[in-house]
Amino acid sequence: MNIELTDDQKMIRQAVRDFAEREIAPLAQQLDEKAEFSPELTRKMGELGLFGMYLPEKYGGQNMDTLAYIIAVEEIARIDGSQAATLAAHNSLGIGPIYYYGTEEQKQKYLPRLCTGEALWGFGLTEPEAGSDSRGTKTNAIPDGDYWIINGSKIFITNGSADISIGSSVQTVTKTLDDGRKEYTTFIVEKGTPGFKRVTMHGKMMWRASDTAELYFDDCRIPKENLLGKVGEGSKIMLSTLDNGRLSIAAMGLGAAQGAFELAMKYAQERRQFGKPISKFQINAFKLADMATKIEHARWFLYRACWLKDNQQPFGKEGAMAKLYCSEVAREVADEAVQIHGGYGLMKDYPIERIYRDQRLLQIGEGTSEIQRLVISRHLGL
Amino acid sequence: MKILVCISNVPDTTTRIKLSGDQNAIDLSSVQWIINPWDELALTRALELKEASGGSISSVSIIHVGNAGSDATLRKALAIGADDAIRVDAAPTDAYAVAHEIAEAIKDKNYDMILCGIESSDYNGSAMGGMLAEFLNMESVSSVSKLEIEGDELKLNREIAGGFEVVSATAPVVVIVQKGIALEPRIPSMRGIMMARKKPLEVVAATGAEALTEFVHYTPPQPKAACKMIDADNPAELVNLLHNEAKII
Ligand SMILES: Cc1cc2nc3c(=O)[nH]c(=O)nc-3n(C[C@H](O)[C@H](O)[C@H](O)COP(=O)(O)OP(=O)(O)OC[C@H]3O[C@@H](n4cnc5c(N)ncnc54)[C@H](O)[C@@H]3O)c2cc1C
Ligand SMILES: Cc1cc2nc3c(=O)[nH]c(=O)nc-3n(C[C@H](O)[C@H](O)[C@H](O)COP(=O)(O)OP(=O)(O)OC[C@H]3O[C@@H](n4cnc5c(N)ncnc54)[C@H](O)[C@@H]3O)c2cc1C
Repeated sequence: MNIELTDDQKMIRQAVRDFAEREIAPLAQQLDEKAEFSPELTRKMGELGLFGMYLPEKYGGQNMDTLAYIIAVEEIARIDGSQAATLAAHNSLGIGPIYYYGTEEQKQKYLPRLCTGEALWGFGLTEPEAGSDSRGTKTNAIPDGDYWIINGSKIFITNGSADISIGSSVQTVTKTLDDGRKEYTTFIVEKGTPGFKRVTMHGKMMWRASDTAELYFDDCRIPKENLLGKVGEGSKIMLSTLDNGRLSIAAMGLGAAQGAFELAMKYAQERRQFGKPISKFQINAFKLADMATKIEHARWFLYRACWLKDNQQPFGKEGAMAKLYCSEVAREVADEAVQIHGGYGLMKDYPIERIYRDQRLLQIGEGTSEIQRLVISRHLGL
Repeated sequence: MKILVCISNVPDTTTRIKLSGDQNAIDLSSVQWIINPWDELALTRALELKEASGGSISSVSIIHVGNAGSDATLRKALAIGADDAIRVDAAPTDAYAVAHEIAEAIKDKNYDMILCGIESSDYNGSAMGGMLAEFLNMESVSSVSKLEIEGDELKLNREIAGGFEVVSATAPVVVIVQKGIALEPRIPSMRGIMMARKKPLEVVAATGAEALTEFVHYTPPQPKAACKMIDADNPAELVNLLHNEAKII
């Protein structure tokens, strides 16, 4: 058993950490406050090579393993949840389905651009009436000669409406069988297709500098080459994509927890009350000890789930456990980190305030904590 | 033109340095190693020059004297963009020995410009570059904070007391650089990290150059005394402490 990172993985961590501190940290608060998505930072993440990390070079990727990608997400999330969201969603949910299920032609057409950071791609599963229960999908597609015609809408789609977002993968219902079951099919819908409208959602509490969209399909005609995978494979495509996505949401939780912990450590040693640093009060020292312990558990469990994936072993159960645990650790650590900051922790000038808000999505997005427990209990045979 | 950058492997600047029991060696057990910050800037500048040269600078190589423990640092320099690396397989013992080993390893390689840092951030010798130039019988310019190439001529800014001077030089030359030579060290890209694995890292045997100096003893700096807070409206206590405890008034 070897539980040391390789020299390359350590170098990747250091490079992404340096990048996040140099390029993202100075802008994070301002972008959050203005709720502004930054195509510039997205492009810079692309130049560093953070998009398509796990793809072969022929599609513009870096040919790295899952763990390298997860470390990169962790390091960006340590500094800023919004940029980590753009990164994780585009890699796992945007690029993922095209890479795993696209035809060679589709891969050639989209992936090289999607790996540069000049273009993003959305993952359209959630609908107003289909959240945790994606089988409630109402958006439908009907064949029409060489075309499909899509009607319906999607909500909360990350990277779905920015100018540089060039399309989305969309789950639709293509048939209702006699026994009432539905046939789900996923399609590629490009920006600019007539009948495809994208509306940016405003008023988020968290990930304010990340792009979130509502997508509307109004007799939207797409050529039949835009079928992703096979007719009837839609649910499998979307749900297996979420299996992969869980690892990156877990990495966001781990990174947020690490960032919150470091801020709390620093603050506790600098802030003096009753004549000494507040870290000298045992209750605070113990909180920090607990945070450090949880973070180490979260980290090594997540890395093991990545290792399973990288070694072609089943990782569905471990992925769900990692997502559940890392996101819950992020919440606990961010909460105690705010507590250690006292009143200042509630002020926007202190980055802990942003981490505290940003982590809240992690127990909800890509399957709520309750749904992760459902997945895990099914793996346990319950 | 071929550029060579000398790379020193030093403890991360945030490392807490501990001395061994007998105080004549440094305890390296939990040290994180990095590229000497000046050398990282030198490498960054060399790569900028190469990219802007339109092909007239054909390669940027790196050299290091050290044992295999330095390879991760050299891989990072390759990931940042150096084309190839040479490691002279010997523990560096002093600036003379290092300069001698480098001179022997490269004497037939015809580098046109050799960049060194002004000092290593660990032993701060500020000696290697000058010695290397002497061994190679090359000119050297020290304290260079700006480096431009105009045709066959190098334009160099040197920091001097109160300002800087501009000197020109022609290859071959050893340029000893300091802060300012590049804005920020380059961060290796993911592609660079993957490519670094495949770039040549040649390990050459040392000639066994002897050190001329020997470390006798280290003294760690005095730990900072704890700060005492005195109430603003109690000047008598301040005077008392300065007189009786600090004994400075
Ligand atoms: C910022 C943001 C970005 C997002 N990005 C994307 C994206 O890119 N693509 C995409 O498709 N979706 C995206 N989503 C949607 C996200 O995945 C859904 O919000 C999430 O799956 C939950 O669905 P819901 O909001 O409809 O909640 P609901 O499903 O209505 O859940 C409400 C509550 O009921 C609980 N619940 C539901 N079912 C059960 C059950 N069986 N047992 C126990 N409890 C249950 C839930 O756990 C939750 O607590 C995003 C959401 C946000 C907020
Ligand atoms: C494990 C270890 C053990 C050491 N043990 C000893 C010891 O026992 N006695 C002793 O005197 N010194 C020892 N050193 C220090 C080492 O000798 C110095 O790093 C080296 O001699 C350069 O000396 P300097 O500080 O004068 O470098 P400087 O002259 O300050 O360095 C200037 C520049 O020279 C170049 N340079 C420096 N070192 C190297 C190198 N090794 N390879 C390539 N280029 C280089 C770099 O460009 C650097 O910026 C040890 C170092 C290490 C890492």
